[in-house]
Amino acid sequence: MSLPDAFFLFFAGITLGGAVLAVTLRNVFYNALSLILCLAGVAGLFVFLNSEFLAVMEVIIYIGAISIAILFAIMLSQPMMPVKEPLNRGKVARAALVAGLLFLGLSRVIGRSQWSTAPLEGDYSLQGIGRMLLGANMIPFEVVSLVLLVAIIGALVLTGSKGRG
Amino acid sequence: MSESLGAYLFISTALFCLGVYGLLSRRNLVAMLISLELILNSASLNFVAFNKFSLINKAAGQTFAVFVIALAAAEVTIGLSLILLFHRKRDSINVEDAGEMKG
Repeated sequence: MSLPDAFFLFFAGITLGGAVLAVTLRNVFYNALSLILCLAGVAGLFVFLNSEFLAVMEVIIYIGAISIAILFAIMLSQPMMPVKEPLNRGKVARAALVAGLLFLGLSRVIGRSQWSTAPLEGDYSLQGIGRMLLGANMIPFEVVSLVLLVAIIGALVLTGSKGRG
Repeated sequence: MSESLGAYLFISTALFCLGVYGLLSRRNLVAMLISLELILNSASLNFVAFNKFSLINKAAGQTFAVFVIALAAAEVTIGLSLILLFHRKRDSINVEDAGEMKG
């Protein structure tokens, strides 16, 4: 096995392993920590896809901001060593059935499809992304910034405790 | 293996299905939010994989992955503040206690 393939398998392994732990462990705090592991794996896969910029963004935004915000919310809303969620076997079995069937169906589709291919060489640079963001995708870019502004104000209004219960 | 589209699609399918499993099987609102993050990540992994293997303009797919990340950040902000508000009012973050808006 070549070295790139070994690294690819390593990152794929921590992505899938982290995802499995993130949905199966019964303690929410450990779920959030496993989510960080999974996101680190996805960042490694982005490097394999020549998107170093997205790998860095994944680490900064997902691991550095989103996961930390989730950990804060867990600490604010639960005792530190929370009681384990009761196991509802019926619900778990139904969820596993739905997700398993979905996985089987989707992987069959992926196995049978002929995807169009393009040459792998091209302009993956940050400059290209910047031109795309502020050129052809100008309006979506502005809308996303508006959405983020609304999210900030909405979060402040929702959790602000002045004058409300 | 790292140069085939199918491997990335397989990984992102597995991530998506694990996220669906988590959404359906957990009752804790924060755990459901974590599963939602897995689903969004599988979407952006797909965008970037097709960007490398099927697109001529190699910036287009990366741009959309940037949008996905930005919207995920906004979604988590609002979701967590709603969860904290709910916890303050009901002292619980179990989704089954959140039935007051049921029609």
